[in-house]
Amino acid sequence: METDLEADLKELRQVFNSGKTKESSWRISQLHGLLHLLEDRENDISMALKQDLGKHHVEAYRDEIGTVVKSVNYALKNLKQWMAGKKASLPLAAFPSKAELLHEPLGVVLIISSWNFPIGLSLEPMIGAIAAGNAIVLKPSELAPSCSSFLAETIRDYLDNSAVKVIEGGSAIGERLLEHKFDKIFFTGSTRVGRSVMSAAAQHLTPVTLELGGKCPAVVDFFSTSRDADMATKRIVWGKFGACAGQACIGIDYVLIEKKYASNLVELLKKYITQCYGDGPTGSHSMSKIINKKHFSRLKSLIDEPRVKSSIVHGGLLDEESLFIWPTILVDPPLDAAIMMEEIFGPLLPVITLERIEDSIEFIRARPKPLALYAFTKDEHFQKGLISETSSGSIMFNDVILQYAVDTLPFGGVGESGFGRYHGKYSFENFSHEKVVVMRSFLIDFWFRYPPWDDKKLQLIKSGLRFDYLGVVLIALGLKSKA
Amino acid sequence: MASEDVKNSPATVVFDTEAANSLLKELRSTVIAGKTKSYEWRASQLKSLLKMVEDRDKEICDALFSDLSKPEMEAFIHEIAMIKASCKLALKKLKDWMKPEKVKTTLGTFPSSAEIVPEPLGVVLIISAWNYPFLLSVDPVIGAIAAGNAVVLKPSEIAPAMSSLLAKLFGEYLDNSAIKVVEGAVPETSALLEQKWDKIFYTGNGRVGRVIMAAAAKHLTPVVLELGGKSPVLVDSDIDLTVTAKRIVSGKWGCNNGQACVAPDYIITTKNYAPVLIDSIRHQLVKFYGEDALNSLDLSRVVSSNHFARLTKLLDDDRVSGKIIHGGQTDMSSLKIAPTIVLDAPEDSLIMNEEIFGPLLPIITVDKIEDGINFINSRPNPLAAYLFTNKKQLKEEFVSNVSAGGVLINDISLHLMVDTLPFGGVGDSGMGAYHGKFSFDAFSHKKAVLHRSFFGDAPARYPPYTPGKLRLLKALLDGSILGIIRALFGWS
Repeated sequence: METDLEADLKELRQVFNSGKTKESSWRISQLHGLLHLLEDRENDISMALKQDLGKHHVEAYRDEIGTVVKSVNYALKNLKQWMAGKKASLPLAAFPSKAELLHEPLGVVLIISSWNFPIGLSLEPMIGAIAAGNAIVLKPSELAPSCSSFLAETIRDYLDNSAVKVIEGGSAIGERLLEHKFDKIFFTGSTRVGRSVMSAAAQHLTPVTLELGGKCPAVVDFFSTSRDADMATKRIVWGKFGACAGQACIGIDYVLIEKKYASNLVELLKKYITQCYGDGPTGSHSMSKIINKKHFSRLKSLIDEPRVKSSIVHGGLLDEESLFIWPTILVDPPLDAAIMMEEIFGPLLPVITLERIEDSIEFIRARPKPLALYAFTKDEHFQKGLISETSSGSIMFNDVILQYAVDTLPFGGVGESGFGRYHGKYSFENFSHEKVVVMRSFLIDFWFRYPPWDDKKLQLIKSGLRFDYLGVVLIALGLKSKA
Repeated sequence: MASEDVKNSPATVVFDTEAANSLLKELRSTVIAGKTKSYEWRASQLKSLLKMVEDRDKEICDALFSDLSKPEMEAFIHEIAMIKASCKLALKKLKDWMKPEKVKTTLGTFPSSAEIVPEPLGVVLIISAWNYPFLLSVDPVIGAIAAGNAVVLKPSEIAPAMSSLLAKLFGEYLDNSAIKVVEGAVPETSALLEQKWDKIFYTGNGRVGRVIMAAAAKHLTPVVLELGGKSPVLVDSDIDLTVTAKRIVSGKWGCNNGQACVAPDYIITTKNYAPVLIDSIRHQLVKFYGEDALNSLDLSRVVSSNHFARLTKLLDDDRVSGKIIHGGQTDMSSLKIAPTIVLDAPEDSLIMNEEIFGPLLPIITVDKIEDGINFINSRPNPLAAYLFTNKKQLKEEFVSNVSAGGVLINDISLHLMVDTLPFGGVGDSGMGAYHGKFSFDAFSHKKAVLHRSFFGDAPARYPPYTPGKLRLLKALLDGSILGIIRALFGWS
């Protein structure tokens, strides 16, 4: 096992150095390989996701297959444009010269993905890494073992194994990988592991992207029509329970609402939860299960706290054997309880009430910056206030999660929710170095560039740097003495 | 003189963890109050900075002379003029840079509108270097202010006159509740690094760069590291020899006497052409600096006795000292080393493995000019790579095969004076970039904002899931109108 890893990394380095992955034909063929993988093996992917997370086939398609297909197609469509250099303008004083910005691959990159969207969060960054011309190591999460071995097997079959490798394993393998030098590390996961990934990267001066999480709030304003209230509630239910049972970095963590509207919202939430997920303690086949016993216990202990337990108004039912937790609503659990201090990452929805909805801004600002902020409001003034007074990876009005699917928007965090971004062209840029290329000619050399220095040269340079070309001419001709 | 003042002054307060803590606290409350966000505040600070440079340029030049014996021309061109230009650009473009950028959305998320909104990161730490102590301190500060942040600047203690001048001038001209200078060395820097910053911008060497990134990792703080490396110059025989020699000489010795991150570190040329090239370089050296270059006033001195010792050590190696073909004179009392050329030093010598950062120029000869490209690629990525040639194919090969922060053909260093170009490294030469708008971007968070309406919701989104809903989803993600219509009507 030991030497296998080193041999793999050596091969990747050699293949990259040979220039193979830089060719646009290679990149295109690999992207097509990904497409075929997704199309041919759609059912196998669904099965693996069902096994690891109890994900329903439709959710699997929507969140992990369909979105990736969309992203691959977007990359194929735009690759040529992304690979073309960008001309940069130069001031006349630099004439005659040409300058451009070229994107070049970074080299051998490491992608570490998480267990909640184990296929999507492995392949989505990979699209960027391939499009940018790199050799790749993917380390999928060992907590989703069926998906991990699926990826190891199919990537070997559908992609160029000499340049794209899957290395499976847990934290031991992760640590060993991190001892080696990569040209970039792309990490999706928890803040705790993010810190150790970045520390390890620091020893090699390896740039990193950290896609972390946080407590994503959903601010709910007053609804003037019941239709709006219904629409918003459905979206909230979907944004909490419909994305891997709340185990999603951009899923809703908690809701903020004015006291007087809280009970209405709770009634609507109960109604739609029942409509979407049925009634009763048996597992709904439309909602994912909790990934493993450890997380199940973690979530259980969040609601076991007496002060928290007493705030439960719906659900609170757990089945350890099937690792299933029923959609649970809490109203005003204590703000210093763990459930309001840590990222929940599960199907427990606290509803926090405020005197006025505007107080939500203060509430959010007092806490670490989340990956996403959601607000259901038509009040433009309030919207503007939220945009300018709070900070988050992204902010979305009147819906949830969809920003993930918009190729033209950068996806990434800020503060404790991470740094770096991807999706669309941002994925390409994430795995590229933007190299400056300037070409000068030997013609026309300003003699006053060179020492020995005297005052006349100083005045000429002063004019030149101000782009005062007439001044340059006059001083040179001796018709002007000072710039 | 500044250093004497420090020696005679009463014991100053030690800047420790507690001091760093309360400093951060104060700056955070300034940021929370929203003071640094407004266009007015940012513009006013930039205007003050510009005024500061215009009013006090003589003091700035004096400090540069004190710290580095920097000739006035260099001080002016490389530090003062560049800062003025940077301020003016930021003032001119600030409104543009602050504007949200509208983006298109796709059919799958219809109806919606989206934009990207730049926002400040918060409180940022800028640690600068000693070689361009004014430029490398103030330029990043300009970007940080333009982006609406509160700033702590830690200037290099190896350039003490500039460090205390910056503390004084920032105190006089800028808003002290949001912009601060902390002077000091390792203990003070360590105290600062224990704090949680929203961004750290560091200019310096790789060894310290690692320490800074590791400290940043504890708080998940993103960093920009502007490091260095051995910037090679590949010189072909098909060139304009005089212009090439002039540009190499001024690029190497005319920029702080080789103490610059993008200074030509070493030259590679063919065995055949080397004598011709060396002759021309030596000729220009004499033209620029006279016969007694060691004492020329047009050259900066070596910054400190530590660096003087480091540089003389590079020449101490017998296998290297025997290869000196020009210069080699040193004067410890004035910290001066003459422009020195070394021909074909051994590949494993220190001078060929460490960043030189001084007035020593090794020349390596190869059989064919293309071998030079392999030589460069077998070493860590430099901050800059230079090529002198008229041959189109060689240019193309160099550009596509050599990875560096920036590649410059037929000239030296100019690319960092152009504010439309991002300036930064890759691999060992660093991460991140700045200058012009790239500075603004380096200190901003680009927040994605998506507006959706309540109108138009696909029931396909919601469980319970059915095959029909799946078909619609596929069509939506595919973005094809026909597909969507077909799915809606149950035709596919």
